[in-house]
Amino acid sequence: MTTRLQKEAKKESLLINMGPSHPAMHGTIRIMLELDGEKVHNSEVEVGYLHRGFEKTCENKTYFNLLPYTDRLNYVSPLINNVGYVMTIEKLMEIEVPERAQYIRVIMSELSRICDHLTALAAMTMECGAFTVFLYYIKAREEIWNVIEKTTGARMTTSYIRIGGVRTDLHPDFGTDVKKAMKVTRDVLKDVSGLLDKNKIWIDRTRDVAVVPPEMAVNYGFTGPCLRASGVKYDVRKAHPYLVYDQIDFMVPLGENGDNYDRYMVRMKEMEQSLRIVEQCLEKMPESVSEVKGEIEPAEAIKMSRTKKPDQKIKLSPNLKGSEKEKYPSILTSSKGVKVPPKEDTYTNMEGLINHFKFFMKGHGIRPPKGEVYFSVEGGSGELGYYIVSDGTDQPYRLHLRGPCFHIVSALEQMIKGHYIADVIPTFGSTNMIGGELDR
Amino acid sequence: MGKIRPIKKYSYYQKTAHGGFIATKLNYAIGWGRKFSIFHYPFITACCGMEYMSAACAHWDFDRFGVGMTTFSPRQSDLLFVVGTITHKEAPVLKTVYDQMVEPNWVIACGACAVSGGIYDNYAVVQGIDKIIPVDVYIPGCPPRPETILNALLKLQDKIQKQKQDLRWKIIKE
Amino acid sequence: MEDNQRIKESLTKKFKDKVLSVKEPLGDIVIQVKKQDILEILKFLKEKPQDYSMLLDLTCVDYKGKKPRFEMVYHVFSLSKNHRLRIKCGVPEHDLEVLSVSGMWKNANWLEREVYDMFGIHFTGHPDLRRLFMYDGFEGHPLRKDYPLRKRQPRIRLRK
Repeated sequence: MTTRLQKEAKKESLLINMGPSHPAMHGTIRIMLELDGEKVHNSEVEVGYLHRGFEKTCENKTYFNLLPYTDRLNYVSPLINNVGYVMTIEKLMEIEVPERAQYIRVIMSELSRICDHLTALAAMTMECGAFTVFLYYIKAREEIWNVIEKTTGARMTTSYIRIGGVRTDLHPDFGTDVKKAMKVTRDVLKDVSGLLDKNKIWIDRTRDVAVVPPEMAVNYGFTGPCLRASGVKYDVRKAHPYLVYDQIDFMVPLGENGDNYDRYMVRMKEMEQSLRIVEQCLEKMPESVSEVKGEIEPAEAIKMSRTKKPDQKIKLSPNLKGSEKEKYPSILTSSKGVKVPPKEDTYTNMEGLINHFKFFMKGHGIRPPKGEVYFSVEGGSGELGYYIVSDGTDQPYRLHLRGPCFHIVSALEQMIKGHYIADVIPTFGSTNMIGGELDR
Repeated sequence: MGKIRPIKKYSYYQKTAHGGFIATKLNYAIGWGRKFSIFHYPFITACCGMEYMSAACAHWDFDRFGVGMTTFSPRQSDLLFVVGTITHKEAPVLKTVYDQMVEPNWVIACGACAVSGGIYDNYAVVQGIDKIIPVDVYIPGCPPRPETILNALLKLQDKIQKQKQDLRWKIIKE
Repeated sequence: MEDNQRIKESLTKKFKDKVLSVKEPLGDIVIQVKKQDILEILKFLKEKPQDYSMLLDLTCVDYKGKKPRFEMVYHVFSLSKNHRLRIKCGVPEHDLEVLSVSGMWKNANWLEREVYDMFGIHFTGHPDLRRLFMYDGFEGHPLRKDYPLRKRQPRIRLRK
């Protein structure tokens, strides 16, 4: 099978294949280069090595079941994907989310965004040779993942957000843990800017490489940090504010040239702004019921409920900590039929049992009205949009993801033209290509 | 090419590896050397790569187990670390990389997608890499915690220690 | 919303009979056109003063059992006016040719290759129409409703 590059290449030039299995830490992609000495004359990018059939799988699963699949799309910032999917369904069904749940979603999104930028820059700098920076960034990311794990139960693929709210309330020491993680992150960011910002080697390697002028960026459909590095001010959180972003004060950093250095600087500054957002949310968040202690075992409560309503609180398993019945009004919506009923109701009365059964049974459960909807959030790499077509049943008829890095990588062939082979790696790293989102 | 005979010096050990005292001690010594100096080739595709990165960095360092040297050439590596989902488009690439590795080599399948296809059961995903190459250690988890990866490395080291070592000087191609 | 109203008026004034319907579900605005006119209307929208300069997305939906079977969906966005717009056109099964917009927006190149790969719709005027996600030698178009979910076509001989 001859590729387009092999047909178009001149006879004297050298064709090199940076194959699907390569040292760059981002994902599987094949870049074929036509070289004239060390300069890249022409190139071709081949994707699809991680196409896992996400859109086809979604047509065979219920709306609730396909939440874990959305985690694995942009796997470095999984909570933002969850939020995007759930908010699309909430727009279609016109569900209102309680305020505390909105603040929790914003905090989790921003922590995910910090992890995304940390991973992207860690990989980009490691490939250029700055190994220390990689280790520092991963140290900061571990601290944030510890905090996320204490609340949601998993480090990476969390499936924490539910339709109408979140799964559990934040754990009791969340404030202190997050402040400690933020301190470590701020120290790391300060160290790294001291190491790299004015470093002659870094500036020589990344300044004026792969310059993307603003018209080209808009024509290619760039969004996110890559677009803002070219100087165009567009952030979904400011343009179409969702959740509580309109009540929080943060800045959107812009670049000047649109080269690799600007993409690096925009990401560094965005991380500081995300830390500010998390601090403001912690102050403004409404309080909820404090920790609930159970007194009787579930088996006893079930026996008691056969004759009368149990008057003591039920001791739930440690997995369900944070999703007791008293916490439900602050973390989940009051609309019917879209949430799992609280376990106390399921154990003790008939309506709770029937609601639980109907939620999970095939054919019933979450059934949005017929129609179509498009909603987008600000993902780690840009505007992450979901387009859902619903036909009234409990399985989506069509679900399409607008992945931000798809459009950015489609410009990669233009970006590396005319540069040296050693510039391909930082350019590719600065686009923050995530295989799960590119290939779905 | 015909069969290449092994060098006579070692053929005595090859025949009596089961019984002799010196042969078992030599086996043990070579196994000890091999298990603590593994060069691995990380074939990373998807989300499990993030946990591989965590296992490789300062918190759960796997350099302490001797697995620290990451080579990016399969011809110079002992261990193929398959991390992430393998699709049908990627399968010939994996086979090519495995074929380039020299005996003795080992394969670890890290993550649910590499073990059995994971949560993806559709037209595009290979249901487990043992349909393409032979696997030594399977690591479950989606994604597996770094401690699980370290546990798998320890299990692999036990396996390397106990298996009958390949003492041949040259490869006999069947 | 006044943005929705404004674009609705300017479109219906310029293309009176080509705009089949204009709906406003849930705050968005959706315009239905015929597939022959899609290029003309998108060109009009891209120029100033409408200035819908960014193509956000381009996808297709397979309505098996309905006529027309496929429906192309375009999302365009205007940075200066901060307004999104959705344009749809039906593609019948017997005539799977649509005009390509890759001359106007460069990311339409890969987006149309993806739609060709997944649904089988041909785009006239596209510089290089080949499969994007699936490999050469894959038969069929996976996202159509009549392609079974688990029909695998392995590239190499599998063990066991």
